Amino acid sequence: MSFDLFMQYLTNGISLGSLYALIAIGYTMVYGILRLINFAHGEIFMMSLYFAFYGIAIFSLPWYMTFLVAVLVTAALGMLVERAAYKPLRHSPRITIMVSAIGASFFLQNLAVVIFGGRPKAFPTVPMFTKVIRIGNISLQALTLYIPVATIILLIGLHFLIQKTKTGLGMRAVSKDHDTARLMGVNVNKTITVTFAIGSILAAFGGIMWGMKFPQIVPTMGLIPGLKCFIAAVVGGIGNISGAVLGGFILGVGEIMLIAFLPGLTGYRDAFAFVLLIVILLVKPTGLLGEKTAEKV
Amino acid sequence: MTLLKTNAITMQFGGLTAVSELSLDIAQGEIIAVIGPNGAGKTTAFNMITGVYKPTQGTIEFAGKNITGLKPHLITKQGMARTFQNIRLFKDLTVEDNLFIAQHLHLNANLYQAMFRLPGYKKEEKHILEKTAFLLEKVGLSNLAKEKSSSLPYGLQRKLEIARALATDPQLLLLDEPAAGMNPKETEDLTHFIKNIRDEFDLTILLIEHHMQVVMDISKRIYVLDYGVTIAEGTPMEIQNNERVIQAYLGVDEDA
Amino acid sequence: MNPKKRNMMLNLAAILVLILFLVYANRNLGSYNIRVLNLCAIYAILGMSLNLINGITGLFSLGHAGFMAVGAYATALLTMPPAVKEQNFFLEPIVPILANITLPFPVAITIGGFFAAFVAFIIGAPVLRLRGDYLAIATLGFSEIIRIVITNTQSITNGALGLKSIPGTTNLWWSYGIALLTLYLMFAIVNSSYGKAFKSIREDEIAAESMGISLFKHKVLAFVIGAFFAGVGGGLLASLQGAINPLMFRFILTFNVVLVVVLGGMGSMTGSVISAFIVTSGLETLRVLDEAINIGPIQMAGIPGLRMVVFSTMLMIVVIFFQRGLMGTNELSWNRLFQFFEKRFSKKGVSSK
Repeated sequence: MSFDLFMQYLTNGISLGSLYALIAIGYTMVYGILRLINFAHGEIFMMSLYFAFYGIAIFSLPWYMTFLVAVLVTAALGMLVERAAYKPLRHSPRITIMVSAIGASFFLQNLAVVIFGGRPKAFPTVPMFTKVIRIGNISLQALTLYIPVATIILLIGLHFLIQKTKTGLGMRAVSKDHDTARLMGVNVNKTITVTFAIGSILAAFGGIMWGMKFPQIVPTMGLIPGLKCFIAAVVGGIGNISGAVLGGFILGVGEIMLIAFLPGLTGYRDAFAFVLLIVILLVKPTGLLGEKTAEKV
Repeated sequence: MTLLKTNAITMQFGGLTAVSELSLDIAQGEIIAVIGPNGAGKTTAFNMITGVYKPTQGTIEFAGKNITGLKPHLITKQGMARTFQNIRLFKDLTVEDNLFIAQHLHLNANLYQAMFRLPGYKKEEKHILEKTAFLLEKVGLSNLAKEKSSSLPYGLQRKLEIARALATDPQLLLLDEPAAGMNPKETEDLTHFIKNIRDEFDLTILLIEHHMQVVMDISKRIYVLDYGVTIAEGTPMEIQNNERVIQAYLGVDEDA
Repeated sequence: MNPKKRNMMLNLAAILVLILFLVYANRNLGSYNIRVLNLCAIYAILGMSLNLINGITGLFSLGHAGFMAVGAYATALLTMPPAVKEQNFFLEPIVPILANITLPFPVAITIGGFFAAFVAFIIGAPVLRLRGDYLAIATLGFSEIIRIVITNTQSITNGALGLKSIPGTTNLWWSYGIALLTLYLMFAIVNSSYGKAFKSIREDEIAAESMGISLFKHKVLAFVIGAFFAGVGGGLLASLQGAINPLMFRFILTFNVVLVVVLGGMGSMTGSVISAFIVTSGLETLRVLDEAINIGPIQMAGIPGLRMVVFSTMLMIVVIFFQRGLMGTNELSWNRLFQFFEKRFSKKGVSSK
């Protein structure tokens, strides 16, 4: 394999990894705060694509307006899901909450079939992003370079929000202990709602960029990326945002490299994530950057 | 004869040393207490001895065998049983089933024999049920056998937990704060009860307790932990007069 | 009559009633209704098998579709005659070992179950060390891996094309016979010392381990037995459908079975049986939502997907408002039934005073 080709694969891998990272953050934040796998997160990601699609295709808004609206609507959807499917079960056994989460996921998926139809739709492309650029001997879609840049900007924003604002402080407090946070004057329910909103916003950004990179959307498209990004979050150490980013990149680059170096295994592309998950869980169950917590006996 | 011996066992969690070089020595038939302020590492010591945690350093010998790092269920099989600080019964199951389950470890019948109730299993099951009835009688829970264990009042739950530990047929019984949350009358009953079962079941008992009255009353020797370090060891009389203990523990409010 | 004898007689009577019903159904019901009845029994088997893992032992496994796939493919490949196999494998010929084997249905389905159990054993040994959510996601991962492997092993499973013209041996006698047998075996397990040990793990792992119960041994045991019956259920399903492909065994299939277990009550075998009938017939009844219907002159276009929307809404209502399901952890038994009526009767007596 030539160096150029390798670089091309690497750039693609990083680009895919960025998308995984953005979506994985939503899983990890919710898990950090509620100890809950938000199974519906993949469907929220999928919905964001449809919102963007309708903004451009039906209402013919300019792309930046569309994306903004799509991101906001997705955030609202995330908060709605939390309110409807998780809030009533805050003190229920974990299994019950998980079943409700899976229920919410299937609900959204099928709702999308009902509203948007089951047939694949072509995601509108924005020439500015899809034009092909050449660097040396590598030719890439401009998007492939923009995605990691956009991701870094979003991550910086998130870091600022969590470390420097009062909301972020509340989120950190709630993730440690709900009751203590409440005693310290943190509005726990509001913090949880905000967490869902932020996770959904990042998923929407990820989703829109995903749509431009892989411009075909169907209601079932949330499932596999959703699972993979959850895996990314676990691999990095669930509850840990840097971990989710790291996991996303490992998964994205690993997947692309697997196909590049072992083309015979292309059919097993989706299995890569699951194998990685199981290896990590067995070797380091708390993930690469996760902290070990001993169970109190 | 020494039944349990820990050789300088240490437990570290990350940078925190919960227990440092604890060396216990318990002879057959003794009642020994471990005391110390909250967070002194008493329960951690129990968890190491019963196999819930693997000691960072040191070894544990039980009945002449090295049991360091063995899984809890194997240690129980060798004749050690415990109760928990915050009662851990099988809440949704009946009182009777709680005791039944504690005898499962000695079952010889395999799943096939058990499913189809072949004669070998039936005989064993009969024995288990008899022993269950006997233990229920012993702790005065016979008339509550079919109740859900979580429906019992607190004091009875504690007793049931001890009975459940007894059902595993132990030589050594570890009790983690058996008198916690009990009133003086209940506490006195418990003291008698512990002495009683020691004699009747030929037990050796290691207990963690905050109630000084219980500790002074029944233990032959006492180990005092503070911040994971063993600061004193001796008979109740010696401990009561030990300067360091008074400073570290008895001098301050004793959580009672 | 003592209660034990009475219950035995009642059980026999119930089985007799079931047999009479099946005779009636076979004679009088159309093929569609018979198919639904078959599905009900198969879902009952699947529900009970997952209940042993999730409800009784408290292991949140989401890998059932994978085990069903293993059972389904094994049964299909072992019962298809050589000529049918040749027709199916037109892209790439089937591996020679499988090409000429044709076994009787009961043998094939048993092998399918054992094969699923074996796969569960291989998976369970490492994965069952994980707890809660991690276990759920790892089993889900393995189930997907099984599906991906099936999709990619063209010469064994015919890959994405799937298998067609599988001999349709499954009938009411097979599915209800096996469902009844499963129910009997599940009760035998749950009521034995091993079953109680399983439950203790569900209640409190740490306490169970401290009472001398080997978590590993019992978790693997429950997992493997559950997988066996999932494999058998998969085999029945393959033979009922006549055609299978890897897409059938996606996560949604596991989800349907989870639904049966949750609705029936985690830990209640009879609950799973009852809810299997409700869920299966419910899903079939709701099918009208997806399909176009004509009521006299009025034509209503079906809305694809609406069925699952209604269904998942109902599920969430059940989960949120009736968290313990129909039966909780209780079992339907003659004693309970009698007690229930006695209580009602005596209550009336009290209130009339």
